[in-house]
Amino acid sequence: MEQNAHNEHVHYDAEASKIGMWLFIFTELLLFGGLFIVYSVYRFMNQEAFHLAAEELNTTIGAINTVLLLVSSMTIAVSTTTLQLKKKGLTLFLLGITVIIGVVFLVNKYFEWGAKIEHGIWPGSEHLKTAFSQGEILFFGLYYVMTGLHALHIIIGLIIILFAAHRVYKGTVNENRAALLENAGLYWHLVDLIWIFLFPLFYLIH
Amino acid sequence: MHKEQAANMSNYLTYQGKYKGLLGWITSTDHKRIGLLYLYSILTMFSVGVLLGLAMKLELLAPGKTIMDAQTYNSTFTVHGVIMIFMVVVPGLPAVFGNFLMPIMIGAKDVAFPKLNLLSWYLYVAGVFLVLAALFFGNGAPDTGWTFYAPYSFKTGTNLLPAVFGAFVLGFSSILTGLNFLVTIHRMRCPGMKWTKLPLFVWTLYGTAWIQLLATPVVGITLVLIALERLFGVGVFDPALGGDPILYQHLFWIYSHPAVYIMILPAMGAISEIIPTFAQKQVFGYKAIIASTMAIAFVGYLVWGHHMFTAGMSGTAQYYFSLLTFIVAIPSAIKVFNWISTMYKGSINVQTPLYWAASFIFVFMIGGLSGLVLGALATDVHVHDTAFVVAHFHYIVFGGTGFAFMAAIHYWFPKIYGRMYDKGWANAGWLVFFIGFLALYTPMFYLGMMGMPRRYYDYMKEFQGGNILSTFGSWILATGLVIIIVNLVKSARHGTPAEMDPWHSKTLEWQVSSPPSVENFDEIPEIAENDGPYNYK
Amino acid sequence: MSNEKHHIVPYRVYALVLVALLALTFASIGIVSIELGKYTVAAALIFATIKSFLVLTYFMHLKYDKPYIKAMVAFVFAIFFVVIVITFLDYLYRT
Repeated sequence: MEQNAHNEHVHYDAEASKIGMWLFIFTELLLFGGLFIVYSVYRFMNQEAFHLAAEELNTTIGAINTVLLLVSSMTIAVSTTTLQLKKKGLTLFLLGITVIIGVVFLVNKYFEWGAKIEHGIWPGSEHLKTAFSQGEILFFGLYYVMTGLHALHIIIGLIIILFAAHRVYKGTVNENRAALLENAGLYWHLVDLIWIFLFPLFYLIH
Repeated sequence: MHKEQAANMSNYLTYQGKYKGLLGWITSTDHKRIGLLYLYSILTMFSVGVLLGLAMKLELLAPGKTIMDAQTYNSTFTVHGVIMIFMVVVPGLPAVFGNFLMPIMIGAKDVAFPKLNLLSWYLYVAGVFLVLAALFFGNGAPDTGWTFYAPYSFKTGTNLLPAVFGAFVLGFSSILTGLNFLVTIHRMRCPGMKWTKLPLFVWTLYGTAWIQLLATPVVGITLVLIALERLFGVGVFDPALGGDPILYQHLFWIYSHPAVYIMILPAMGAISEIIPTFAQKQVFGYKAIIASTMAIAFVGYLVWGHHMFTAGMSGTAQYYFSLLTFIVAIPSAIKVFNWISTMYKGSINVQTPLYWAASFIFVFMIGGLSGLVLGALATDVHVHDTAFVVAHFHYIVFGGTGFAFMAAIHYWFPKIYGRMYDKGWANAGWLVFFIGFLALYTPMFYLGMMGMPRRYYDYMKEFQGGNILSTFGSWILATGLVIIIVNLVKSARHGTPAEMDPWHSKTLEWQVSSPPSVENFDEIPEIAENDGPYNYK
Repeated sequence: MSNEKHHIVPYRVYALVLVALLALTFASIGIVSIELGKYTVAAALIFATIKSFLVLTYFMHLKYDKPYIKAMVAFVFAIFFVVIVITFLDYLYRT
């Protein structure tokens, strides 16, 4: 049985925070899960149109963003190890790299969306409604909703990482109390995990 | 137990921390105070919902316009539904009694994340205000029904966005409560409190929390899609743009069917606590009740399509959903057998909570069996979207969850307030309420069978007899409700002080003082190997 | 807590996992450029599944976590899969 719940002086329970984070990740997975259901149904109903619409997306940008997220996932994972090894400076450095990569991802996304919008493709736009088939409209609708929600999660993830980095800097997150950093890592990996599926579903289907 | 020491310490009601008065309550992270905050806010919303319900029944007293026109009626049943579902029955038992009792029942001093717990309550309040904002601002209250079905939900001119956003925020509150409970049950059980020694109420909260966690986000994203549809015209549920409105129904019910299990499971848990106590007997089939709880939670996740039999699903899906609907009835029936068998040859002590629990079993069985009428494909075609559905639903949710809530409050009242209520008035309230309930909803079964559709402010003359009886029932029920609430409110202030264990129960919450001290336990209890929550002689 | 002994994952493991993930990414881009017809999607999804498995196991430390956490994660993915299958009971058989 867990011993620590009744230890009066120690309210810190790393495993409780970890499960809490995992449970939260489950809800996030199901949140995106709902969208994946919508995607799979419409993909099934409009296969040709989805392939056609995916031609509009730039595989290179998608691939670059995939590589970026994978690398950032690695850097934050390594930072949990360096924290255990009491290398505070290196930990902060790695977190900084992670944040920078995350921002670059968002910048890429900004230009990608910008290019689409310049071509008159956005949800509800006249061009989309007149020049594209229903399946394509759905594809772009889902593209904006899913990558948009994902980008929102990137932003939330960055905030959590910055918060954790601040606590590492202050020393309240350290090798004995690493839960906050580990949870920030878990959240960031979730963002990565979602992207691992978004990338092939939107960029690799033509 | 060190009784003297416990008596000397201030209890959670009188305890004064950094802030006084109301501020001391709304900044408190004590799970017991948060439980009561939920109780008061839920009761407030419940009263609003009841008033709307009474207004609807009054409208249906006679055919044609009685007190309101069609549009007002549409808004009334929508708001009644949104309030009762998202603000009353979904949070009802878990947020009130789960918060108050679960940590004590597992021998903990609080939940795992007390601040998160308080945040959940704030989110609840925020959600309530958002929904209320939809009523008073913009172009009138939403009129889509609580289901927000597409495509009407993004075509209606009424003020839907705040209501949808409010429901989203309420969902988030529910998720965080579930998360908190799961971690608490996993990590904070006292030494010796094995999984097989957990009180059944805690087990049902555990099952419920999983559903809250895994189902609520699906409706969250669905509501987001509805909002985006209204704001930008994304097209995902708009048939004009290639969307499929039935997909909206799938997503909506992937949450909202499990949601009825969020409502009913903790209710079953409370009943499973009450019956052994008043039978003074070991609960019959402890493990069978746990297994059926988890089975309901799991299978209940996979039967959502039975709300859509007439919507245009494929035949294959209909067969599947109908079959699983019948299967999910089995674990509920197992529980009924367990409760009855627990009472068999017990030393029954007839008290108010037992009246409520027994009437719970009665109405729950009628509600459950009428559900099978709706779960069978052929009969559903006949009675879908009629008053029969309304009767079934209210028998389950009001009769099930509502009666269990009443049973729970009469059972745990002495623990919560440290005072005993007037039992005579409590019994009278139960009787009036019960009669009113039967008179209110039973005619609806008949009316539905005869073909009276639901959700209309008007009906054909032939249906008036049943409707008059139903409306009278609503007045009787409201009278009962007033008796109950007045009695409880008076007793909370002036009732005779309650003992620690007035019902001679064995679960942990009855082994601490009434009302409990701020920290629940002076020292964390230890459960011996041969001890258990229902070890009666 | 002392009984929650932390497993320190060596850098080498993370580096290897990253290399594998990148390789799989490029492999999946490569494979969809080959004409596989309707199997393209399946191929891309299989690669994505392997990648997510690596992320879950190593980056998210599931390999070093207690069995019940692994069971929970597996359960969540399983139930989501089941929900998709059931939804398709409708869409596959619509007439």
